[in-house]
Amino acid sequence: MARGRSRQIRRALGLIVIVGALLVIWEVAKFIGGDPWRLHGNVLGVQIDFFHNPPFRWRIVTDQSLPHVWNVIHTMTVPVQVNRPILASLLFDNMLFTMRGAATGFALGSAFGLMLGIVLANVRLLERALVPYVVISQTIPIIAVAPVIVIGLRAGTFSVALVAAYLTFFPVTIAALRGLRAADPRAIELMRSLAAGRWEVLRKVRLPAAAPYLFTAFKISATASVVGAIVGELPAGLREGLGGALLNFNQYYTIAPERLWAALLFAAAAGIVAFLLVVAAERFALRGYRPSEEPA
Amino acid sequence: MAVATSTTSTRFRRGSHGIARRVRDWTPAIAVAVGFILLWQGAVQLLDIQRFVLPAPFAIGQSFVEYFPEIWAAASYTAYEAVGGLVIGVTAGLLVGLITGRWVGLRESLLPFAIAVNSVPIIAFAPIMNNWFGLANPLSKMMIAALLVFFPVMINTVRGLISVDPSALELMRSTAATDFAVLTKLRIPTALPFIFTSLKIAATLATIGAIVGEYFGAPRASLGQYIVQHAAYFDFERSWAAIILAAAIGISLYVAVLIAERLVMPWHSSVRGVE
Amino acid sequence: MTDSTDPTHTTDPTDSSAVVEISKVSKVFGGEKKGGGVEALREIDLTVGRGEFVSLIGPSGCGKSTLLRLIGDLTNPTSGSVTVNGKTAHRARLDRDYGIVFQSPVLFDWRTVEKNVQLPLEVSGVPSAERTTRAREMLDLVELGSFAQNRPWQLSGGMQQRVAIARALALKPQILLMDEPFGALDEMTRERMNLELLRVWQATGTTIVFVTHSIPEAVFLSTRVVVMSARPGRITNIIDIDLPRDRNVDTRELERYFELVTQVRESLRHGEAASGGAVHGSVEADALRVRAEGLG
Repeated sequence: MARGRSRQIRRALGLIVIVGALLVIWEVAKFIGGDPWRLHGNVLGVQIDFFHNPPFRWRIVTDQSLPHVWNVIHTMTVPVQVNRPILASLLFDNMLFTMRGAATGFALGSAFGLMLGIVLANVRLLERALVPYVVISQTIPIIAVAPVIVIGLRAGTFSVALVAAYLTFFPVTIAALRGLRAADPRAIELMRSLAAGRWEVLRKVRLPAAAPYLFTAFKISATASVVGAIVGELPAGLREGLGGALLNFNQYYTIAPERLWAALLFAAAAGIVAFLLVVAAERFALRGYRPSEEPA
Repeated sequence: MAVATSTTSTRFRRGSHGIARRVRDWTPAIAVAVGFILLWQGAVQLLDIQRFVLPAPFAIGQSFVEYFPEIWAAASYTAYEAVGGLVIGVTAGLLVGLITGRWVGLRESLLPFAIAVNSVPIIAFAPIMNNWFGLANPLSKMMIAALLVFFPVMINTVRGLISVDPSALELMRSTAATDFAVLTKLRIPTALPFIFTSLKIAATLATIGAIVGEYFGAPRASLGQYIVQHAAYFDFERSWAAIILAAAIGISLYVAVLIAERLVMPWHSSVRGVE
Repeated sequence: MTDSTDPTHTTDPTDSSAVVEISKVSKVFGGEKKGGGVEALREIDLTVGRGEFVSLIGPSGCGKSTLLRLIGDLTNPTSGSVTVNGKTAHRARLDRDYGIVFQSPVLFDWRTVEKNVQLPLEVSGVPSAERTTRAREMLDLVELGSFAQNRPWQLSGGMQQRVAIARALALKPQILLMDEPFGALDEMTRERMNLELLRVWQATGTTIVFVTHSIPEAVFLSTRVVVMSARPGRITNIIDIDLPRDRNVDTRELERYFELVTQVRESLRHGEAASGGAVHGSVEADALRVRAEGLG
């Protein structure tokens, strides 16, 4: 147990170090090839006037393309319009909106996917009929359908959840199928010898066996739902979500590139939070399971 | 000491028995496809459903034929972006995966990082790529596709390289093989199944990257823009026709990976045909 | 504790030196951590002469596999020295003086049987034409010449192990290390493989160090049997097997054979009883097993 903990800490530290290294590289690149900049101000009573003119000019590293890290942070603490909340607060609301849509879609898609998986696992004929489509659909960019669904259904926020659900349910169905089948046949024989009914076998043996597979799929679906929610917001012009924010700040990119990066940061956070929530749920649901490799 | 076990190849079951079985296996699926299309067409005609989300399949077919040149042009452009992104992303993923797999220290920190970044909606980078490389430049969408593809390929390459059987490693040590020999003769062949799994995912991701990247801004003659524009004008038949081609691109790339897999790994169980 | 060097099979009359010399070897795993690690081997002294067939037998965890790996320079002794062919074990490995066979065949799925046998030849830079001839030669030796183009999974377990043996002999090494190579096979195949191995041994004159769990196998195959005690592993006894040279099915019915089997069995029990000190759970279970075997 203690060994696992220290490993987690090492991993977290490793992540922080890498992110830190990236930020350093970012600023070093700007130092060498960015736009000239000046730091001018008063810090704790000390006057600072620092001017730097980088020796090179690289297009990708200009203030337009790659704003200074501190400018991005600064812009989050400032309101976009007068007498409105600060950007960070706005983006946080956007994030909540998108995550609500993603969560709804995730719940719908998972429930449906699980049910479909149970049905397909039990009815061979249906399985042979439908599984090829489930598999093919994974090779199709389902996301190409999003604009049509969102615009056509005109259901506003709900259509965002629908897109998220659509992206969720395929991995869950496949995982449910594999997982339910992966149950130890001897455990099932044992249940039969105790005259247990089909539902009991499902509840007590198959579902617990499927749980690790399902959670692997949930981790993928968590991210997919967030992506689906963002993409769903685009064609519908839903300004309340992260997709809307990205579109919005994309338009103002020439004036205020920092805002787009700030929006990106929150989008990244949304994806990571969704992923971590599923990981936490997995820790709880699979506590007591034998630790093993990921049943990829 | 002739032991008469599995000397005959258990590979493909030839003969009429095999073909009949295959037809029987696939009939339900084909029945579903045919039935679905007929039902769809029937429902639209009988119930006179407005042509909102689901226009009649025959109407879609008509649109497809009528507007074929422009849809095909858009599809070519998008396919070019998808393939370009796939190539860039896979190459980078393999290289970084090889390097990361080699050094344990690098692996411990980079691998969790890659997994974390993979959970970020990378698609959100699309506007930035557009700004860096230019809306009209296919490279901007290629970079999104490449970014999407890079992480799964890299993660799976590393996983494959380190999933080597410890006994096999001991075997190589016993023959005093160089590190390079271990890499080429053992680690890479072991990693190939993992790599091909990620390539199958990559095929879809590249297509998605190209199309969604186009949603954020692209020349008119691209599938993403085509779909969005015509949906916005409620011209759903043309949108669906374009979606069909988008699906075709995804499937083609996937099939290309399958073919490559069969060529490179004829020995692998998933290709062997042994259940 | 007897210790005799009795090279009964000398291929090189000018060189009657010991092939393997193990001197005061101890092995502790994880000894760097405070609180001590696991003492696998304690003060092992053993000499193996040219052309001998020496078996190492003992309860699980007695360190016999570790001892084998020490000879093969696949792990390092904590103290003491291992000399192979007059050189350090490390030098001997780099000079490819030995071949090794594990309990599982460890054949590469992506290579044909023939290419699997060629692996050591490739690694040591033998040119292509010679590789083919040599591989064929080895496959013929184990009577699998007609399976050269097959894939490993098309062969039975016993056949795969024969390929592994052919591979281990590809470079015509002076020493063959074998770690319970027939442990995963059924009894009848095992007995057949024993005969096979003896035939190969006599044809090549290789010195063999053979780890096994099976008392009958050890007695049937060897010129000497080294009995080891439970952890920490020490040598309890070394028994000369004075059965006739040409062993066959009938050898297993000789009275002398049963006497030797009993002798080995009693040495094992004696080693268990004499092993005072720390008794670990697994060792107790193994002790029970050894006793049961003795009674059975």
